Amino acid sequence: MDHLIDLCGVEKVYGQTTVLNRINLFIRKNEFLTLLGPSGCGKTTTLRIIGGFEYPTRGDIIFGGKSILKLPPHKRKVNTVFQKYALFPNMNVAENIAFGLKIKKVPGSEISWKVAAMLKLVNLDGYGKRSVSMLSGGQQQRVAIARALVNEPEVLLLDEPLGALDLKLRKEMQIELKNMQKELGITFIYVTHDQEEALTMSDTIAVMNNGELQQIGTPEDIYNEPKNRFVANFIGESNILDGVMDRDYCVSFAGKHFACVDKGFGTGEAVDVVIRPEDVALVQPSDDGLIGVVKDVTFKGVHYEMLIEGGGLTWKVQSTVMSPEGSSVGMAIAPDLIHVMRRTSTQRRKAVAGERKLDLGIGVYSAICAE
Amino acid sequence: MAGKDSVLARKRMAIPFLAWAFIFIVVPIALVVYYSLCIEVDGVMVFSLANYARAFEPIYLKVLWRSVRLALASTAACIIVGYPVAYIMASKEYAQKNLLLFLFLVPMWMNFLLRTYSWLTILENNGLINTFLAFIGLPKMSLLYNSQAVILGMVYNFLPFMILPIHTSLSKMDKSLIEAAEDLGADSRQVFLRLVLPLSMPGVISGITMVFLPAVTTFIISDLLGGAQFMLIGNLIEQQFLKVSNWNFGAAVSVILMILIIASVGIFSIVDKDSDEGALF
Repeated sequence: MDHLIDLCGVEKVYGQTTVLNRINLFIRKNEFLTLLGPSGCGKTTTLRIIGGFEYPTRGDIIFGGKSILKLPPHKRKVNTVFQKYALFPNMNVAENIAFGLKIKKVPGSEISWKVAAMLKLVNLDGYGKRSVSMLSGGQQQRVAIARALVNEPEVLLLDEPLGALDLKLRKEMQIELKNMQKELGITFIYVTHDQEEALTMSDTIAVMNNGELQQIGTPEDIYNEPKNRFVANFIGESNILDGVMDRDYCVSFAGKHFACVDKGFGTGEAVDVVIRPEDVALVQPSDDGLIGVVKDVTFKGVHYEMLIEGGGLTWKVQSTVMSPEGSSVGMAIAPDLIHVMRRTSTQRRKAVAGERKLDLGIGVYSAICAE
Repeated sequence: MAGKDSVLARKRMAIPFLAWAFIFIVVPIALVVYYSLCIEVDGVMVFSLANYARAFEPIYLKVLWRSVRLALASTAACIIVGYPVAYIMASKEYAQKNLLLFLFLVPMWMNFLLRTYSWLTILENNGLINTFLAFIGLPKMSLLYNSQAVILGMVYNFLPFMILPIHTSLSKMDKSLIEAAEDLGADSRQVFLRLVLPLSMPGVISGITMVFLPAVTTFIISDLLGGAQFMLIGNLIEQQFLKVSNWNFGAAVSVILMILIIASVGIFSIVDKDSDEGALF
């Protein structure tokens, strides 16, 4: 069995609020698993349940084949890197890192070489005697990682560890963390709300919303084959359109029929269609194709982002070639870039209520959050 | 230069406070020092160190030592009683913490003299405790007019000054630090000894200062609960000023006490130098 940790039907209820709703999730050995979701989705609660800081209302946690439900945090073979690092202000850098070893009564000489090795690993050689309050955010974060890793945990839990860092440092640390995880062969469970961070670092991503798991899969799966509207919205930018399945391999939206690669839906079934902004090709306008008018152009560095009105909808399109505002363009979408999703019940109800609009990324995401 | 103007304005705004401090703090202290350095000969003030020489006579050193000893004992008792109370009140699981805090503060709304006087009616020979002892057939005990009674009075009156700063430093502590220590394998005893106790030391030191100072200078508590024979340095000063009218000697003892207090506060602030969080001052 290669499952290291199994969460079995884990539920957490505070008073009337269900924070986690029947979470079933397994984590393999040496896996980099990311819990991804907006704030309040229950990802940190899940992590705290694994760490032992919260007790689930229902369900069980299996670690290496045994339930650790009743084990207090100090007896679990996991270590945590806390969101605000939680470094001990009454100790210097070396004492912070040595804390776990001292508790385990490791001999002094072993502690000193292990601490020195850890300082080297996190690029803080020679910082041992410094006070933790004198360190920058990035350095404090490294100390927090070193303090956890020096105990050689089987699993490292990281609660948005890069949230307080600036963009450049964050990107560097993402790569460093990923390398560390590969080198040390430790299982990482990583919590973030940053989808880009999740896509960059993870072996597996578990997308959460409102206390429920939305989708588990590799970064490619999650990006290319989102299971529902929420995942499609949360991961990357997308145009999510109301569509109708004509038959297998054929879907219609925006008043046109398109070839696609999806099958197994009922004929005439209302579906959500996801098209990534970079997957819309701008072509010469033709009578049988989709035609739109460019309403807005923004230069984004790598590409231009254009808002194009066509087929009664507004499309977000990314292209390295700019079409000027007001120009008429044709839009073509390759069959394998059209992603058809089954609707969940709440969305079906909304569609019945007459909501016929194209959702643009963040707008719907925040609307879902507000519910 | 707006910056310079505002600095000047601030300096000007400080003038009334500086004047206040000068008139009501610096001048009186200077007068006390002046009196302590003089003796009255035929109605004329003459410079002399005789007051200080007298203050260091064994009989007065004994009074000073007794004051320090009792103040230290009551401070220690306040830590032993106050720390657990503050700890319980700071733990988030304890729902009645506000009630507990309230109960410890209520006596402070009552007059200090009354509060101390009430202990008389509890401890005296025909007081509550002895009446109860007689009722169940036990011999009466002499509870008043000894050092235990004085320490009891000090602890009762000054305990809130120990609890509050410790409570402040404990409740300001980041709870994720405790979780981090647990996460690194520390059980609750180790969390307390290695983390909570060191981090609450600023509060403890504030508490020590706030209890020790009034305890070492008190004269009402020792007067009421210690009896006339039980003299502390506060009583000595009171006696010199109000009963014997030897202001010069009283002033000398006051100056010695002041130096003692400044020295002890100085020692505490050196101990407290590294950790400046949680302290009340």
